[in-house]
Amino acid sequence: MNDVVAPPPTAAAYKSDYKPIWCPGCGDYTVLNAVTRAFAQLALPPHQIAVVSGIGCSSRIPAYTSCYGFHGVHGRSLAAGTGLKVARPDLTVLVAGGDGDGYSIGGNHFLHACRRNVDLTYIVMDNHVYGMTKGQASPTTEPDWDNKLSPGGTGIRAFHPLVIALASGANFVARAFSGDQNGTADIIAKAIRHPGFSFVEILSPCVTFRPEQRDWKNHVHPASVEATDDPARAARRIMTDDGFNIGVLYQGRRTPYPLKMGSGQAAVESLETEFAP
Amino acid sequence: MSASIPNDSPAQHTPGTAGESAPASLSIALAGSGGSGVMTAGTMLLDAAARAGLYGLMVRTSGPQIRGGEAAALLRLGRHPIETLDDGFDLLLAFDWQNVNRFADEIPLRPSGLIVGDSNEGEPPEVFTGGGARFVGIPLKKTAKEIAGSWVNMVALGLAGTLAGIPALALEEALRASWKRSEAGLQANLSALQAGIALAGTVAHEAGAHAPTPLSEATGSPATGSPAAASSPSGAAPSRWLISGNEAAGYGAICGGIRFVAAYPITPATEMLEWMAPALAKVGGTLLQAEDELASVNMIIGASYGGVPSLTATAGPGLALMTEGIGLAVSAEVPIVVVDVMRGGPSTGIPAKSEQSDLSFAVSGLHGDAPRLVLAPTSIADCMATTQWAVALAEATQTAAIVLSDQFMGQSRAIIDRPADPGFRASRLVAEGGETPYRRYLDTPSGISPMAVPGTPGIAYTADGLEHNERGIPSSQVRDHQQQLDKRERKLARHDYGDWWADCEGDGDLAVVTFGSTTCAVREALTRVRARGVAARLLALRLLAPAQPQRMAAALAGVKRILVVEQNHGAQLYRYLRSVYELPDARSLHRPGPLPLRPGELADAILAWSDAAHRPENRQEEIA
Amino acid sequence: MSPERTRPATLAEVMAQALGIERDAAERYSSLADVMEVHNNREVAALFRKMASIEATHAQQIMNAMGWTRAEDAPAVSRWWPGGDAPESVPQDEIHYLMTPWHALQLALGAEQRAEAFFAELASNAPTAAVREAALEMRNEEREHVELIRDWLAKVPRPEEDWAVDPDPPRYLD
Repeated sequence: MNDVVAPPPTAAAYKSDYKPIWCPGCGDYTVLNAVTRAFAQLALPPHQIAVVSGIGCSSRIPAYTSCYGFHGVHGRSLAAGTGLKVARPDLTVLVAGGDGDGYSIGGNHFLHACRRNVDLTYIVMDNHVYGMTKGQASPTTEPDWDNKLSPGGTGIRAFHPLVIALASGANFVARAFSGDQNGTADIIAKAIRHPGFSFVEILSPCVTFRPEQRDWKNHVHPASVEATDDPARAARRIMTDDGFNIGVLYQGRRTPYPLKMGSGQAAVESLETEFAP
Repeated sequence: MSASIPNDSPAQHTPGTAGESAPASLSIALAGSGGSGVMTAGTMLLDAAARAGLYGLMVRTSGPQIRGGEAAALLRLGRHPIETLDDGFDLLLAFDWQNVNRFADEIPLRPSGLIVGDSNEGEPPEVFTGGGARFVGIPLKKTAKEIAGSWVNMVALGLAGTLAGIPALALEEALRASWKRSEAGLQANLSALQAGIALAGTVAHEAGAHAPTPLSEATGSPATGSPAAASSPSGAAPSRWLISGNEAAGYGAICGGIRFVAAYPITPATEMLEWMAPALAKVGGTLLQAEDELASVNMIIGASYGGVPSLTATAGPGLALMTEGIGLAVSAEVPIVVVDVMRGGPSTGIPAKSEQSDLSFAVSGLHGDAPRLVLAPTSIADCMATTQWAVALAEATQTAAIVLSDQFMGQSRAIIDRPADPGFRASRLVAEGGETPYRRYLDTPSGISPMAVPGTPGIAYTADGLEHNERGIPSSQVRDHQQQLDKRERKLARHDYGDWWADCEGDGDLAVVTFGSTTCAVREALTRVRARGVAARLLALRLLAPAQPQRMAAALAGVKRILVVEQNHGAQLYRYLRSVYELPDARSLHRPGPLPLRPGELADAILAWSDAAHRPENRQEEIA
Repeated sequence: MSPERTRPATLAEVMAQALGIERDAAERYSSLADVMEVHNNREVAALFRKMASIEATHAQQIMNAMGWTRAEDAPAVSRWWPGGDAPESVPQDEIHYLMTPWHALQLALGAEQRAEAFFAELASNAPTAAVREAALEMRNEEREHVELIRDWLAKVPRPEEDWAVDPDPPRYLD
């Protein structure tokens, strides 16, 4: 009997051979590293993890991991991920995508995923733009950002995903920055460990359409206080933050959606007794 | 797809009448990677061709990277209008060979073709040289490096343009017109352009018989100051345009009367929206970026209910999301136009490539009995007129119109004759008031009932997707349902669509039926087929739904056999036509994307089928 | 907050720290080489591959010197540098698809300089003489690397002013 303990998996074990096509300098490279590092930290076997995504640059991530992946349609990753987790509670489900995919077309599902509080983790690589379709404003884009579809800017206030997540009932709300690979890995690992719906917004610069975001690294700073479990305090904090507060901002104690698949043990035939006259 | 006749056709499928010594068109591919500026060079080459009085077409293709990826610009230039790619390329000019073999299927080189590459970048991949094309290497990058501040793509532009027979002045003007950087940079690149022009002689000499034959001087005046002014007296409207199908559709929509657009970005429709956003603002309209396609379609229904002609543009996945909304427009009788720039399907499919595989969905993809208009432009130029027509039809018949464009037409640029205004305008039958109570859904002989515009006193009504009676009150009664279903069908069936419903060309007892971007390839194939003495008709359908039985019967009078040509896997047009029309003996020629159907292979297939069809034993072969 | 970070307290821990830094650097150069290859920047891809191989050699030298046959033989040490990247790893956001070998070497230079500073700081705050000696030795190694990179830099052409100019717009595909 071989009693040598296998060495813990490295992040490399979670990467596939497929080379990403993201632009050089894209924040998503470090997010991929952070995700694989988080998986390694948690020592989860790759085949027990499913990475679910929608459409966009960030949504390309599943194929770059060696885990099970699902590259679905635009904006519906949370729905697919929810279905998967409820049907297969034994799997670890990570849902991933960008701000366009998640907050625009996916906005409705975002609200309800937070509310439903199924035990899964949702990471959004937010670069305030639609990268894949060549640079349109996304819900987190500043109102005055000039672009071809909305010349002069949309004039619409940016979406605040952390506020929405908290108000809708997410059990874990955090913000990370792709420039800090290890910090992001730690936050993702915490998010996965935390029961219920965990939401991590990751600021991830787009060097092609938003080159000014290279400056984000000069604006991010660690959250000055520890995560709270009091939604009211978290709400006040998040609603007044500068958008660059990095860290876990809220860790709630809501009961997660009950995952009951497989818990019933009755035989199928027993169902027909009610039809007897 | 196969053609099984003895092939005694010439190796080169050259269009045009016999006896011309100069070729009618030249096909040039520019390829390279990582910042070398292939697309820019291609765009300028096309622009220069326009200034020289030529016609042309440019298709772009690239790898999956957003920047720095391998890219190719595929051009065809000539003295007659061009809206389809030829069977092979005469010249491939590559700045480097990194991953360019990815484009091998899209750049079939003629055995007589020429490959020009940078002598310091090695040999071309065998996939290009294997067919017999000759390779000539010249120091492209080195030439550019010797001129401080210049780019290699300008050397290439000068070289390719001169080999094609485009005057130096036209090339220079194209560069000047698009230059947005410093004056010093412009001068440097003008020098690079000249250096490229100077290299053409050496290349042609080394290439020998493989050198492309330059296009002779185009008819029309020499290059002047702007592309638009080619061949026209100063002050008059330009006689030629340089335009993409997406832009043409956007312009056609606005000409037709569209003033409100709500849309969501999706490849390959986004440029149409980006063109329309400032254009609408200029003419008093507006574009709103919606959160998704469900919102887009419902927003335009709302705007149209308010009396403003409205449109959205999308691709297959977006159209799929919009179906519930389109059904609402049909049932509530609110006019909308939905442009679907078709791409490889199904599902996410192949976003940046063309295909004609949304037809079945467009003609039958709504739940319930929901007749609607489905139209398809037949060329880049026709995107303007057909979109304009769709607007007019939707408004006149108060229903949803789906316009099936595709990625090939949408994203390619062509030099076209300025299209004549077909004169289609939005003209909604508006209720003025008077009848009390107002019956929005009055059952009229034409099926079209006057529509009240909010703000008009005395005739307020509630539009409804629920089945309703003439007043618009929801109803589950059989007589109301029957009446309204009849009304909605009748208004489309009885509308007079005129001659625009299809292009019917030629004569004979064979007809080739097609739609969309394959029209131009089929048209060119038929030119070659007729040159071989075989008579055949072209029937290019612009109006796909509702079916036009009488017009079809007239168009096919005397036709014994039809060949249905389309770019999809499921023979969608073939199956649709067989389901709604009485057809003579019909066969299908279909292939999915991403490669275009080319005139030569179509001509071969038509000849083979014609040959088989005219044999006494009347072989029944499907060519698929 | 991040897990507890402790400074190396023994020679072995210093060398384990150094090993981790070299391996991180090798891995980073390798993945940067992949990125540049996918984006058709052959020259810089080749340069990054070379750097990856050099760093892997340094890592191996450390293992040889310490008699470690596998990386796991080294004592586990926490990663206690601030921010994201290990001192000798080129930050991923500093690359550009059109960068030239000169740029790549500038980044490599920065990496070696950070590594040198890291060990210098370790040495000046060392709890024991053994730790200080080990840290100084590593600092001197890194200093040599800095010089090697400088020599290499002197041999490559400086970039043109318009090195980052791409006439073509970004493409899109989804």
